[in-house]
Amino acid sequence: MTANRGWVWMYGVTGEPPGAFADSVAGVGGVPPRTITAAGLTAVVGDVGDREYGEAALRRNLEDLDWLARTARAHHAILEAAAERGPVVPMRLATLFTSDAGVTGTLRDRADDFRKALSLIGARSEWGVKAYAVKPADPAGAPGRPAAGPDGQATGPGAAYLQRRRAQLTASKDASSEAMASARTVYAELSRFAVSSRLYPPQAPDLAGQQAPMVLNAAYLVADERVGEFAAAVDDLTVRHRFVQLTLTGPWPAYSFTGDGDGPGPR
Amino acid sequence: MTHAGLVPAESPSLSPGPISGPKPANLGDILERVLDKGIVIAGDIRVNLLDIELLTIKLRLVIASLDTASQVGINWWKADPWLSADAANGSDQRALEEENRQLRSRVKALEARSRDDG
Repeated sequence: MTANRGWVWMYGVTGEPPGAFADSVAGVGGVPPRTITAAGLTAVVGDVGDREYGEAALRRNLEDLDWLARTARAHHAILEAAAERGPVVPMRLATLFTSDAGVTGTLRDRADDFRKALSLIGARSEWGVKAYAVKPADPAGAPGRPAAGPDGQATGPGAAYLQRRRAQLTASKDASSEAMASARTVYAELSRFAVSSRLYPPQAPDLAGQQAPMVLNAAYLVADERVGEFAAAVDDLTVRHRFVQLTLTGPWPAYSFTGDGDGPGPR
Repeated sequence: MTHAGLVPAESPSLSPGPISGPKPANLGDILERVLDKGIVIAGDIRVNLLDIELLTIKLRLVIASLDTASQVGINWWKADPWLSADAANGSDQRALEEENRQLRSRVKALEARSRDDG
C-alpha cells in the first residue's frame, strides 16, 4: 500500500487460523490474503486500494460485469482455498472495512453468530445439483406417426406439416412436464442424504453455458462421510430419469448454509 | 450492464449417460452464492449493502431469467407448496380461508332457519 488510502476486504471467518496460503492463491486485486484473529476466531482478509475499491469506485465497478466476474472469482478462490483446510463462513462480496480494527470489532460483536455457523458446517460441505430438461434419445410416438391418413385421404404438405408440428408440440410438452416431475423427485430424493438443502432459481441458458433449460438448481449441505453416497445417488437418479440430465458441482464453501436468514439489512 | 461478462468460461457440454464427476463451477454459480449469501456484515462502506441488494436483483434477472423459465413452465418451485413456503402460505391458505368463510355463513343460515322452524 502506498500513500493511497486502503481498505480491508473481508473474505470469511474460520475457527482455527487456516495457515499460510499457497503463493499461487492471489486474492481480490491480486493481493494475497492475510488473517486477523480476535475472540477465538480468524478473519481472512486482503488489502485493497481506494482507487478501485473505495465507495465511489465500488459503486461504479459493481455495474461492470467483467470487473464483477473477476472479483467474484478472486473472492471465491480465497474462500475455496480456506475451505480446503476447514470450515469457513463466507462473507458476501465487497464486505469492506477501513482498518483491521473494524474487522476485529465485527469478530467480537458477531462471535456467537460465527460460532453457530461454523459448528453447522463443520465436517460438512456444500454441493450443487442442477437438472436440465433434455429430450430422451428416442422420443416415443413422434417418428412412427404417419403424415397421411391410413385410407390414403389426401393430405397436402400443409396438413402434414401441421400434424407433424402438433405431434412435436405434444411430445415437447410431455417431455417438459416429465422433466418438471423428475426435478421434483430428484430434489426430494437427494435431500435424504443431506443435512440441509435450498433451492435457487434456475439459471438462464446462456449463463449456465447450456442450451437445455434448467429445471432444478439446488444446493445441499452434506456430511463428509455421506458425500460418496450422495454422488452415487446423483448418478443413479440421472440414469433413472431420462428426461433430465443432472450435473454435480462442489465441494463449495458453505455459502448457502451460513446466512442469518434472508433479511438483507445489518443488525 | 453488458451480457458478455456473464458468459461462463467453462461450458460443460451435456454428455449422454450419468455424470462422471463434479463439474467446474460456472460464473452464475459463483455469483448467486457470493452476492446474497453468508452472514451479512455491515462493513465500513455504508452504501455497499444497498448497492449489493440492487445488484443482486439486477443479476437475479439475468441469472434466473424468470420470464423465460415461466414461459416453458419451469416455475414449479414457486407454486409447489411442498417446496415453497410462500406457495404453502399463499394460495392453499387462501383457499382454506375462503372455504372456511363459506362454511361459516352456511352454518349461520342453517341455524337461522332451524330457529324459524322451531
